[in-house]
Amino acid sequence: MSTHSLTKASLRAEGLPRRRAVNRAMELVAWLAAALGVAILGVVVWSVARRGAGALNLDLLTKTPSVAFSLTPVKQGLANAFAGSLVIVGIATLMALPVGILVAIYLNEFARPSVRTAVSLTLDVLNGVPAIVIGIFVYGLLVLGHGQSGFAGSFALACIMLPLVARSTMEVLTLVPMSLREASLALGVPRWRTTLSIVLPQTIGGIVTGTVLAVARVAGETAPLLFVSSLAGTSLSWDPHHALQTVPVAIFELSESADPADHTRAWAAALVLLIFILFSSLGARWLATRTTRRLSTSR
Amino acid sequence: MSSTEIAPDSTRRPFTGRRVRFGDVSLQAVAGTAAAAATFLVFLIAYKVVRGAQPAIGKYGLAFVTRVAWDPVKNVYGAGSFLFGTALTSLLALAIAAPLAIGIALFLTELAPRRLRAPVTALIETLAAIPSVVIGLWGILVLGPILRDHVEPALHSALGFIPLFGSPSSTGSSIFTAIVVLTIMILPIVASISRELFLGVPRDLKEGALALGTTRWEMVRGVMFPYARGGIAAALILGLGRAVGEAIAVTQVIGGGLGIQLNLFATGDTLASKIASSYQGAQSNIQIASLVYLGLILLVFSLIMNVSAQVIVRRVARRQGVGLNRGGLG
Repeated sequence: MSTHSLTKASLRAEGLPRRRAVNRAMELVAWLAAALGVAILGVVVWSVARRGAGALNLDLLTKTPSVAFSLTPVKQGLANAFAGSLVIVGIATLMALPVGILVAIYLNEFARPSVRTAVSLTLDVLNGVPAIVIGIFVYGLLVLGHGQSGFAGSFALACIMLPLVARSTMEVLTLVPMSLREASLALGVPRWRTTLSIVLPQTIGGIVTGTVLAVARVAGETAPLLFVSSLAGTSLSWDPHHALQTVPVAIFELSESADPADHTRAWAAALVLLIFILFSSLGARWLATRTTRRLSTSR
Repeated sequence: MSSTEIAPDSTRRPFTGRRVRFGDVSLQAVAGTAAAAATFLVFLIAYKVVRGAQPAIGKYGLAFVTRVAWDPVKNVYGAGSFLFGTALTSLLALAIAAPLAIGIALFLTELAPRRLRAPVTALIETLAAIPSVVIGLWGILVLGPILRDHVEPALHSALGFIPLFGSPSSTGSSIFTAIVVLTIMILPIVASISRELFLGVPRDLKEGALALGTTRWEMVRGVMFPYARGGIAAALILGLGRAVGEAIAVTQVIGGGLGIQLNLFATGDTLASKIASSYQGAQSNIQIASLVYLGLILLVFSLIMNVSAQVIVRRVARRQGVGLNRGGLG
């Protein structure tokens, strides 16, 4: 089919100026599309930076929001949201990381090909479940009857992290040369010891990359937390047994507010979130290229 | 390096017989349990969502899916309006994003000067990393007013005879704003998958076409598109899935409206945005169950789209022997 359209195209040599013009136009369209993509990023980042930078100060990170109509001096921070995000994302990472690595080890080192295909398809499906549905699921599983909690929020985020961590670990496990495993096994080292102390250490860089990317992804997730950890007070709390405020949920609530002062704080919080995500993605990308290069040259 | 760590250990305690088997079996068991748990999680999600929707399924049945109503006072609920909103926003967003994303991918693989390729690729992927709540914040406070004041009146006066371009919105919150926001969100996803597909097109095919005298665009149309066709279909399905499932950014900009109308500048709601905006304030159990029913419809859609995209990706990968490691969404 491709050869058919090709011969037709190349035989039509008489229309050369027109074909050249079409080619030019299409190249221009591609250039413009790329420029538009970069411009959108620039505009969004610039909007957040310009509006957020003014309100970005230490108070944002260290002080809690003022209670409406309170007589105490005005405190205009979001310290509770930053603390809550740290706790919830931290616990989610502790939940998802070991399970994700074990899933990857099982699929890459032990599972039969048919099992491997089936389970990795399931992981892709889990990855594709909309975040809002994860929120409904955790609400029904943990919140209904028990109330909102930071733990429930962590579990929701862990559901999103799990396929990401498992997939990135699998990718780097497949890069570890088979000869390394064979050498270890030939020396009489059992399979479990080969996996844990020969194969796994080679993949640390890749696992760290995958984890950082997963953390960067869930740090900005709002939808799963909306029903499971959002009814939090304005005081600073580190206790995951109760609902904790988080940065994305705070941005979401402030963005729906009618008060421009709330918008300013939303921009500032968005700027902090964006800086965190951009730096961790760039760091992870740098680490990934390093790991991949090392593993592919050692092959 | 690692082998020197092993050597003294293994001379001290030789791995023989039962110890070896025990270690192997227990690692396999622990890792297998983790894999089983991950698989179980997917089924648990489906089960919990079905159970949560049960009261609404029992009361309204399948008629719920198409009924255009959401009335907490009379307790009459239906998904029709939100299904329409979801289809309208995500399909139009995909229609705008698809050619742009393929253009970006072609730029990155065929046109860009070598020095520009890595940085522009990184920038496009950075766009995908921006959280939806930040895009939504930008959408409601920056993009919405611009669209309301400049773009919507212009489109209305030029193309007002088409029902899609009705009278402009008053607040900046509209289906149109949601479409633009969704376009921005799926653009980098489709672009980076397409880029990987185009990188996988064999060089000799492309050079063969150029040697026959085709222009670069004819080579793209005659060789690269047919070669990557299946993968591009999968990329578009994954982008559509992302648009259908996006809740937060859409909730922020779509304004919340009921009914089926073609005017893009009116407010609306999608399945996901309706859940996000009303779950917290839901009063009666039947209203909560109806919202979970919306979630169930969303889950079924996302399952269908993801599985079909993955099946296509796997078939393409097997046929061409290239690894498409970027499965799933996001």
